[in-house]
Amino acid sequence: MTSGPLAVRAEHLGKRYRLGSRRHAGDARDALGRLASRLLRRGANVSASNSLLWALDDVSFEVRAGETIGLIGRNGAGKSTLLKVLSEITKPTTGFADVTGRVGSLLEVGTGFHPDLTGRENTFLNGAILGMSKVEIRSKFDEIVAFAEIDRFIDTPVKYYSSGMYMRLAFAVAAHLDTEILVVDEVLAVGDAQFQKKCLGKMDDVARRGRTVFFVSHNMEAIQRLCTRALLLDRGRLAADGPVVQVVSEYRAFERRAVDVGRFNARGRSGTGWARIRDIVLADDAGAPVPARHTEEDLVFDIHLEIEEGPRSGSSLRGLVVELVICSDQGQPLVSLMNVDDGGVEVPGVRACRVTARLEGPTFIPGRYRINAFLGIPYLEHVDEVPDAFEFDILPPARPWRPYELHITRGLMCRKATWTCDAERKAV
Amino acid sequence: MHVISTRRLESTRRFDWRRVTDVWRYRELLYFLTWRDVKVRYKQAALGAAWAVIQPVMSMVVFTVFFGRLAHMPSDGLPYPLFTLCALVPWTYLSTAVTGGSASLVGQQHVLSKVYFPRILVPLAAIAAPLVDFAIAIAILVAVMAGYQVVPGLAVLWLPFFVALMVATAAATAIGLAALTARYRDVRYVVPYAVQLWLFATPVAYPASIVPERWRVLYGLNPMTGVVEGFRWALIGGQPPGAVTLLSAVTVVLALVGAIVYFRRVEGTVVDVL
Repeated sequence: MTSGPLAVRAEHLGKRYRLGSRRHAGDARDALGRLASRLLRRGANVSASNSLLWALDDVSFEVRAGETIGLIGRNGAGKSTLLKVLSEITKPTTGFADVTGRVGSLLEVGTGFHPDLTGRENTFLNGAILGMSKVEIRSKFDEIVAFAEIDRFIDTPVKYYSSGMYMRLAFAVAAHLDTEILVVDEVLAVGDAQFQKKCLGKMDDVARRGRTVFFVSHNMEAIQRLCTRALLLDRGRLAADGPVVQVVSEYRAFERRAVDVGRFNARGRSGTGWARIRDIVLADDAGAPVPARHTEEDLVFDIHLEIEEGPRSGSSLRGLVVELVICSDQGQPLVSLMNVDDGGVEVPGVRACRVTARLEGPTFIPGRYRINAFLGIPYLEHVDEVPDAFEFDILPPARPWRPYELHITRGLMCRKATWTCDAERKAV
Repeated sequence: MHVISTRRLESTRRFDWRRVTDVWRYRELLYFLTWRDVKVRYKQAALGAAWAVIQPVMSMVVFTVFFGRLAHMPSDGLPYPLFTLCALVPWTYLSTAVTGGSASLVGQQHVLSKVYFPRILVPLAAIAAPLVDFAIAIAILVAVMAGYQVVPGLAVLWLPFFVALMVATAAATAIGLAALTARYRDVRYVVPYAVQLWLFATPVAYPASIVPERWRVLYGLNPMTGVVEGFRWALIGGQPPGAVTLLSAVTVVLALVGAIVYFRRVEGTVVDVL
């Protein structure tokens, strides 16, 4: 399998970002200021070099046609940047990559979907954006609709779709992209379990058909299942390259070392950004920030939001929904806490606010957990997404809790159920 | 049908033919993006296609009342409403295309940061979509011409040339401003104001003939002067355009080349600043 022709050869790839300019385009005044400072003190511009970030730093590797490569690393390690460079979304700052064949990028499903267009129209539009020709889409159209299981609604505007239908259609289009090289980012992290299974199955198919695949995920099970080889990135550098099992275990060992428990981490955020998560705090009973709670205690998260302007999706706003997905240390999502039932956060006129989520204890078995945080308008807009935004520890019960040992032997959740027993007595 | 080729992705400003051939390879996407813009516009707006009619016609009425009736603006001997509508049709196209085009890259940032395709298709689609409105407006113009019993002469054969000049002007401005807006966000506040000023620097409400002779060359640097005067000459028999049109055409070609060069420099890393 590894003896095919070269599909990708990367030599000393580097990508530099100027911090601050990544999120906001500079305004003309900034540019004038930079120009002035450049003219005044040439060369010795120490403050400028401090604000530079090498998202990729001297990364070299070769990939043969037909290999499936898993890209792993913590958030901000450079995985997404590498995918963006390989799929030509942005240019590298240094080095080069020779890429043989067309590259299809599935960094997100439903890219370019427009809520007012019908399923059929969006299929053609999205297909074209992904690089398919009209003939190609037409020939696969029935297959796409069948895969998405939405044939009755294909001529309905997608804004009337349920989120499940929307995701199925979006994934179906993407899954029928037929390029020599496929670059896939975390698209499987959405939808219900059954749908995820279907997506994984489709990815299996793709990998078996001998195409070259780059796959980024925090789900190590999925990586190990789909990939034969993995690249581990750490702060922009290639930290390991080898068989998937070996690299994954290296990553797990390595991950335990460098963590910042109990502190909000905004690296790797994405979204339209008109509202952002500024901070997440795990609070104790007195409201003070703590990095850990005991199993039996309530988990109280304070999420601090900052709102700059109105939503860009233009549709009537029902409320900004905050979602915290609590995941295991391995990245397996365990539970989603969402304020959608409470109507979300009313945005108009609000500049900043604190949203509090309380999950009643007992919660989880002792261990490390992490949170992926989202802000959005359901089905319409992806406003802010911060993967691995927060990590916290669950400690064993503070006071002796007798049957506790039984509770933690299986599973990750530690819940109390209400039990009843309807007994039928033996006739004496 | 499709050949597997190797391409090198690197930071370079060297001219790359692939950039040009890519635009051709993605021509269907240009069609789809344009089609989406048109479709969404007509689906969302309650007035739909009527908007394409109302815009130039209302301007025509306002201009006729204020400039024609009240200010007694000369109109080269033509009926004033027809005189100004004939200029408003290309002008409305230009202002829609420029306003939409300059905001297009920023507006599509979500797509641009997820998928590669030649970035220039985004402003190109934004200037292609208003051509539908333009076609409707032309039909209105023809109806008004019929109302005034004006029949174009042989000069009408030149109309495609002036339409091309109009589209090229929109393309040069939109492509340049789209890249500039992506780099410097405050440009988007300047654009509507600049377009408004441009309207007064263009002979829409008044004839070019009232501009003093010695300023004509400077005046001709505004490509829309050539376009508007050209439309009038080709359709309703205004003054034949002179060397000024040639000057306009040269300006447009230079501006277009400049805009594309600047766009190419920005496009490779545009998603980093969006």
